[in-house]
Amino acid sequence: MFDHHATLKQHFNALRTTADFFSLRYVRESGQYLSVRKNVAEPPHLSHDEGAMLTVRLNGVQAYAATNDISLAGLQAALQRAEQQARQIKPHALLDLHQQPVSSDVADYLSPNFEHAFPSLSDCYQLLGDESAAVPRDERLVSWDVSLGLTHVEQIYLNSAGAELRQAQRFVFPGVNVTAFDGHDSQTRTLGGSNFGQQGGFDVISRFGLIGAAPRVADQALQLLLAPNTPQGPRDLLLMPDQMILQIHESIGHPLELDRILGDERNYAGTSFVKAEDFGHLQYGSPLLNVTFDPHIPEQLASYSHDDDGTAASKQFLIREGLLLKPLGGALSQFRSGMDGVANSRASSWNRPPIDRMANLNIEPGDQSLAQMIGAIEHGILMSTNRSWSIDDARNKFQFGCEWGQLIEKGELKGVVKKPNYRAISAQFWRNLSAVGDASTFQVLGTPNCGKGEPNQVIRVGHASPACVFSNVDVFGGDA
Amino acid sequence: MNDFKALVQWLQQAVTDNEQFHLGYAAESSEFVRFNHAKVRQAGHVQQASLNLKLISDGRHADLGITLAGSPALDRQRLADGLQQLRDTLPLLPQDPYLLLNQEPWQSHNEHVRPLPDLARVLEEISQAAADVDLVGFYAAGPISRGFASSNGAFGWHQANSFNFDFSLFHANGEAVKASYAGHTWDSAEFAARLQQARAQWAFLGRPLHPLPPGHYRAYLAPAALEEIISIITWGGFSAQAIASKGSSLQKLYAGEQPLSPLVTVTEQISGSLSQAFSTEGYPRGDVTLIKAGAACDQLVNSRSAAEYGLPANGASSDESPSALQMAAGTLAQADILKQLGTGLYISNLWYLNYSDLPAARLTGMTRFATFWVENGEIKAPVSTMRFDDSVYSLLGSQLEALTAERELLLSPSTYGQRNTASNLLPGALVKRLTLTL
Repeated sequence: MFDHHATLKQHFNALRTTADFFSLRYVRESGQYLSVRKNVAEPPHLSHDEGAMLTVRLNGVQAYAATNDISLAGLQAALQRAEQQARQIKPHALLDLHQQPVSSDVADYLSPNFEHAFPSLSDCYQLLGDESAAVPRDERLVSWDVSLGLTHVEQIYLNSAGAELRQAQRFVFPGVNVTAFDGHDSQTRTLGGSNFGQQGGFDVISRFGLIGAAPRVADQALQLLLAPNTPQGPRDLLLMPDQMILQIHESIGHPLELDRILGDERNYAGTSFVKAEDFGHLQYGSPLLNVTFDPHIPEQLASYSHDDDGTAASKQFLIREGLLLKPLGGALSQFRSGMDGVANSRASSWNRPPIDRMANLNIEPGDQSLAQMIGAIEHGILMSTNRSWSIDDARNKFQFGCEWGQLIEKGELKGVVKKPNYRAISAQFWRNLSAVGDASTFQVLGTPNCGKGEPNQVIRVGHASPACVFSNVDVFGGDA
Repeated sequence: MNDFKALVQWLQQAVTDNEQFHLGYAAESSEFVRFNHAKVRQAGHVQQASLNLKLISDGRHADLGITLAGSPALDRQRLADGLQQLRDTLPLLPQDPYLLLNQEPWQSHNEHVRPLPDLARVLEEISQAAADVDLVGFYAAGPISRGFASSNGAFGWHQANSFNFDFSLFHANGEAVKASYAGHTWDSAEFAARLQQARAQWAFLGRPLHPLPPGHYRAYLAPAALEEIISIITWGGFSAQAIASKGSSLQKLYAGEQPLSPLVTVTEQISGSLSQAFSTEGYPRGDVTLIKAGAACDQLVNSRSAAEYGLPANGASSDESPSALQMAAGTLAQADILKQLGTGLYISNLWYLNYSDLPAARLTGMTRFATFWVENGEIKAPVSTMRFDDSVYSLLGSQLEALTAERELLLSPSTYGQRNTASNLLPGALVKRLTLTL
């Protein structure tokens, strides 16, 4: 672990520059993706990646150069290139960063169980193969796979103000999906995949419940195939945590990103219906809504001690009792806007610069058990597991679809329905939050696939949530 | 290319008689500049190079991605370490029944190394042209290289210098128009014309918004808007594996149950495109007709699907998605678009599409950038962001009235992981009915 630290530090100390401030962020990442599809092991995809980004601040103008050459000569060349870039853009620069404070923190951060060995590749294939073989024989089950992604990341951040931050993390992404087809329609049921990932070791697979899951997932795919289409009309909507994470992500997370509010993302990821002046004033949701930026749940995907600009991370309420308090803005966005924020300046790897990202963005548990929430619904529907997501560039008008629906009538769960969709407007939707599940319904989930930024970056984000009920939502099905 | 060739030569002598390899190569040296409020918000440079090594032995195979350091000795060492890791891995794997190798020693070479624009000049021109307008955008430029070699003697090389300036002009009311200027050679007059074209639409954005209730509308989808629909369809739509496993949104088209309009002909046209003429799996790539006059034609088949489903491989990528898709032109003249639309929506761009019902190819998504209300052939006012929910079999089927005679070459501005070389050549589409829902 951190084998390159001493050499990198030596190189860093030997770098020559005229910059007011400079930093080095080194990332080494190794990955392994395994899959067994219809009982056939797919060839493994392994990877080793490493490189460094040098960032300079010269006369108040910041620029970066990322290089795959981490020798002293390579780092020096990148530093000079960044300096040259800073000089070149000086006449056109949007920002003057002379006065922006920099970090001088020193810290290490490790994922839980990082030093415990993960099962061998053959043991992993055995596990995936056993699970794949447990899918029952039924000619309607036309496709299934069981997968496991594993990523190790080591990052070392050094800067000219003395900061020295090291992180070693392991991310685990298990998944099962099964597709059933009846000659006319097809239905897919998944567990995990892009809805689940955690930091840790084999404990993640245990928490996920991969072992023994495949027959249940297959049975649910068949149930969906036989189910009627979701009826159209307004209903109370009970969202389970594996759909809540998408709901939080798209209609709270993205609109609260401060760089969007400042206009940086208008050409690509979009803007926000939230304005800078809304913080401290806007009633974003009902008084039941409490949203936190929480980097301290050890197994959650984006738990860390410091972000990629070196800012120390701590738990913060972004929305308390429905009132909007803080944006998702890192040190630079805070400096630009004069607003308070959080430590969420993050980069997808060594070859992309940090920008405002979601990290762990969670809804705090309430006081209702699942049975209580269902019992209080007169005419509603339970939806679980995201299937489809679409939202406007200001993150307001959305339409989301789930894999699994179950009608709720007079306080009781009724039959399964397929192709459940719902649509609403973010600015109104959270105000219809009418019940929040207690800790027994709370799940720590996340996704490896959040895309944003120019150049584009895809990053891991964590979301933890209880089940929640929203009143009077426009629900509909597919083409039956 | 010489660095890559040296690694290939080393690998040729390092493998044993029982081993075969595929070696892919990707490199770029990119200038990235982000603009906000017509100023530079963030700028930098990225230099990266990587290999993808597949080792095959006794019917077993595994892939390893390796980032190169740019030093011949260190890179050779990384390749040697990677080879050893794969040698240690293969015995742990079962034989792969779907392993199908191309044994041909094919050769492919394509280089477009024209001088790139000077960044200082580009910054100056953008700065001057956008002095009085709120421009937001992203400029990416530099050389891109892709290579492939196999132990059977196949060798492919693709190298091109290119730039892509993808930008939007915002009106004070938050409405915007999007445009791009991309290619190999920066031409000041061409850039100015492109910006002027965007400004012409931008001028309409200041008019009061036309409120639009949900309902059915006639609509013209400009090529960039049609590209969003095509892009989501290509998310497995033409993939042999997705079609077989019922994950394709075009499964009813490929089953012969639902046709598209006879106006619709779609091909993957690698020849003459910016994409490399070989796949990462070591197959030369030819042109493939995917939809002909509204009926399903060929699928995109990679080697794995070829082995699994008994189809001929046609050089498709590992995810069997197209990278140089073309839709045949229609007959609607550019000058007649508004007149033939009559009253309805002129939609420049769509955004964030996804499936309401995948097997039925029913899509939802948003309008974004320069959507106008047109009355009697005249642009009247911009329209606020609206959601649509409609089927591909309707939009490109029963409700498709016309395709434009002129097509637009849309070069991908995507930079996830690396700069993308994909492109789409598309007409605009006039549809009799688009369903707006929110």
